[in-house]
Amino acid sequence: MEITLNWYLSLSAVLFVIGVLGVLLRRNAIIIFLSVELMLNAVNLTLVAFSQAFADVDGLVLVFFVMSVAAAEAAVGLAIVIALFRNKTTVDVNEMSLFRG
Amino acid sequence: MLGPVLFFVFAVLALVGALGMLIARNPVVSALWMVMNLFSIACLYLTLNAQFIALIQILVYAGAIMVLFLFVIMLLNLGEVPRIPAFDWRKGVTFLLGVAVLAQILYVVALGLDVAPAVAVTEAEEAANGTAAAVGVVLFTRYAFALQIIGVLLLAATIGAVLLAKKRFV
Repeated sequence: MEITLNWYLSLSAVLFVIGVLGVLLRRNAIIIFLSVELMLNAVNLTLVAFSQAFADVDGLVLVFFVMSVAAAEAAVGLAIVIALFRNKTTVDVNEMSLFRG
Repeated sequence: MLGPVLFFVFAVLALVGALGMLIARNPVVSALWMVMNLFSIACLYLTLNAQFIALIQILVYAGAIMVLFLFVIMLLNLGEVPRIPAFDWRKGVTFLLGVAVLAQILYVVALGLDVAPAVAVTEAEEAANGTAAAVGVVLFTRYAFALQIIGVLLLAATIGAVLLAKKRFV
């Protein structure tokens, strides 16, 4: 049997939904970040699969940019987690109610 | 034929890694499962002939970003989350929501995306498409401006992270 584009897209969909469930179910801010990274990875897999199916290099360039933005996001996000941990001594998002007055 | 075997092996490894990340109670264990997932996806990129992306996946994601995550988890000294004994109905609803999203995406994939390229793509074209040279040529010509914007973005993120992590914040 031959592995077609749809196999990669389906795998990517499953990985993306595991990331969605991680964001919705887990209460640890760092695990939520990891789940967001998982979702970005799932989308990257889609981009690479399409790029190779159509022999178009633009998809790979987009993956490169997604990875750069993910790196920037991880640095700033983890710095925010550290700053919050200093104030609250927890990373549980249920304890974060700064906007609720 | 080795192709399908490799795909299924690495797809299963990626799924196990992702589920382990979701289920593990200890954040360090969670991050290590995620590393396995990232490596498997890098191998899947290799099965797609995208060598350059597979390499920067391992260097940037599994190397740099995950080390940063592990460092922060160790720095904050996070323990295991306490187990919740009773069944939480909100978790059940959330799970159903996730299954619904998955069903929608798979429906779209099964329904409309059985697209074939207008011109058939050969193996050689695929292999040439994934090399660092092919990506680099496009990156430094058509996307040169976007590349510079990314540089500014990374600089801004570095400065922001330093400011946020400083002791006297606000």
